Amino acid sequence: MIYLENVAKDYETRGGRVRILSDVDLVIAPGEKIGILGSNGAGKSTLIKLISGAERPTSGRIRRSMTTSWPLAFSGGFQGALTGLDNLRFICRIYGVPTEDKIALVEDFAELGAYLREPVRTYSSGMRARLAFAISMAIEFDCFLIDEVVAVGDSRFREKCEEELFKKRGDRAMIIVSHNATYVKKHCDRAAVLNNGTLCHFDDIDSAYRYYDELMRSRG
Amino acid sequence: METGAFPLASSLRIQGRVIGALFLREVITRYGRHNIGFLWLFVEPMLFTLGVTALWTALRSYHGSSLPIAAFALTGYSTVLLWRNMPSRCIGAIVPNFSLLHHRYVKIIDVFVSRILLEAMGATISFVVLSIFFIAIGWINPPEDMLKIVVAWVILSLFGAALAILLGSLNEKSELVEKFWHPMSYILFPLSGAAFSVNALPPSAQEIALWIPMVNAVEMVREGYFGSQYHAHYDLAYLVVITLVLTFLALVFTRLAAQDLKQE
Repeated sequence: MIYLENVAKDYETRGGRVRILSDVDLVIAPGEKIGILGSNGAGKSTLIKLISGAERPTSGRIRRSMTTSWPLAFSGGFQGALTGLDNLRFICRIYGVPTEDKIALVEDFAELGAYLREPVRTYSSGMRARLAFAISMAIEFDCFLIDEVVAVGDSRFREKCEEELFKKRGDRAMIIVSHNATYVKKHCDRAAVLNNGTLCHFDDIDSAYRYYDELMRSRG
Repeated sequence: METGAFPLASSLRIQGRVIGALFLREVITRYGRHNIGFLWLFVEPMLFTLGVTALWTALRSYHGSSLPIAAFALTGYSTVLLWRNMPSRCIGAIVPNFSLLHHRYVKIIDVFVSRILLEAMGATISFVVLSIFFIAIGWINPPEDMLKIVVAWVILSLFGAALAILLGSLNEKSELVEKFWHPMSYILFPLSGAAFSVNALPPSAQEIALWIPMVNAVEMVREGYFGSQYHAHYDLAYLVVITLVLTFLALVFTRLAAQDLKQE
């Protein structure tokens, strides 16, 4: 389980402290799939970082008895001078997982061939994204955090990702942050809308979307 | 993933793992796999020390003691490498590693500590290898009190580490730290005791010199090395207290910096 109780998060900016999230309550049970909707700048990424434990809340409490992933398919953490394999080793070391039995898996999934042993700076953006997704799948978590739709590579690779994530890991909890209604509806049990830093829960996704659409319209 | 009867033990295990991973990543990123690779870690500081030794020998630098210049330069410049490179590597260390903080186990202090370990290793290996080399060719005598050197070296390393973490985290609040560290470290070099012997100073200046923490460490290293030929002045307790105060401040400011890191 993951519990967020009365969570608030401030950031220091040039103009003073800015409250990004306030009074956020959220409970994530094992296996549950929750969609989170919100316009740009509503605080979605901040919420993901708090859930993952990458950042601490300014006030409130977060308790976790499940392991949580980093934001999935996130490829910003690659060091260009390192090879794909170095980057895989680095991630495995951080999470305390032996690398050797993951190499074949990543090699096969990322379809990089000999490039796995070349510096990441020589990769195309598609190759980077494939490597990122493959490495994400090398470490197992109870709860996966998915920031924006996992849309990497061509349609065949996307299908592979879907299969890997939602079929093979269908028993895990997932938090999906997205603008895409069909995607959320397809994969989530319930949804919540993030607006001006507060989170409103909805039991069914359609009413969450109606609320979200109204919000977007009222903003013009 | 990590649960056990002793949360502290498992936290320490995670932190050790993360620092190890960052350390190896840093080694490959900085030194790569070309030519002599990670040997640069200590070859580079060795070249610096040899260069300074050659320069001081050629200029017949006056340092106010009866020691050979090689002995003086080796002990002096090696300690400079220790306290100067750690802060230089920690200031601005967060920006290139920002995205790694998405991994919940990676904390900014781990980034600092891994870089500090690398600098400490480089400076220490360089000091040891050059010592052996100078002793082997007969330029200096073997150390008289090894333990004293080790103690002084370790405390100076901890001093450098605390200073590095403090400046590294303060730099996240204000980039002025980076602007000031360069001239500061440049001015501190001649003041650090690397190029003079405290005993050669007039008594009033000796007192002032010993307020500079690094001077105490250099003097202690020299006493350990050349004891009978060198009249050292230092206050070990003062150095330890300064190091503890800096460590405390470093931890406080790292914590504050971690709270306000706004990621992309």
